[in-house]
Amino acid sequence: MNDNIGAILIGIGVIFDVLGCLGLVRLPDVYNRLQAATKCVTLGTCLILIGVVVSAGWDAEPLMIKSLLCAFFIMLTSPVGAHALARGAYRSGVKMCDASVVDDYAGSEALEQYNKEVTLKSQPAAIQEQQHA
Amino acid sequence: MMGISSIILFALVLCAFMCLYRIGRGPSAPDRAMGIDILGTLIVAFTALIGLHTGKDWYLSIALAWALLSFIGAIALAKYLEGRAYDE
Repeated sequence: MNDNIGAILIGIGVIFDVLGCLGLVRLPDVYNRLQAATKCVTLGTCLILIGVVVSAGWDAEPLMIKSLLCAFFIMLTSPVGAHALARGAYRSGVKMCDASVVDDYAGSEALEQYNKEVTLKSQPAAIQEQQHA
Repeated sequence: MMGISSIILFALVLCAFMCLYRIGRGPSAPDRAMGIDILGTLIVAFTALIGLHTGKDWYLSIALAWALLSFIGAIALAKYLEGRAYDE
């Protein structure tokens, strides 16, 4: 009984993984690829790990507890990493694809503050170079 | 049972090759960083399945360490892309 439920969960998780990686190959843009791949692969991997938990059961206690912990950490860390990567991609100047219609971050206060910080940080170095010259 | 599990492992290897395609082809640096991140998550799933198949629990220790190291790598690459120092 438990084996069957675990096998079904693992199968659904593998389907999600394959679809996410298909999005990673097919979509036109960094941001599109990030959202497709991250959401699908996070859910798929969590379902696989929970399927391992269900099929291991209380007979293999260390396997079960470590797998549960692993699912918890994946669910916690993977979206944070993807969000940081998307922000890094935008601020390093990667363009969106031609079909995108809205970009709310372009004129926002957060981006202006970031640009101000970057120019403030690069200014003292320029002044020092002038003084040395 | 053997047939089903080998099909599942084959599908995960196929996903890993799709990630390798994106890492090799990716037009920009964030594409490659994202490919490495997704590949790490897939390897966690693969290792957990091997641990279930063989019944050895130290495979899950490898998966746990791999998940956390992959997260730290993604954060470091994002900081590098953003042009900031690592302690900000």
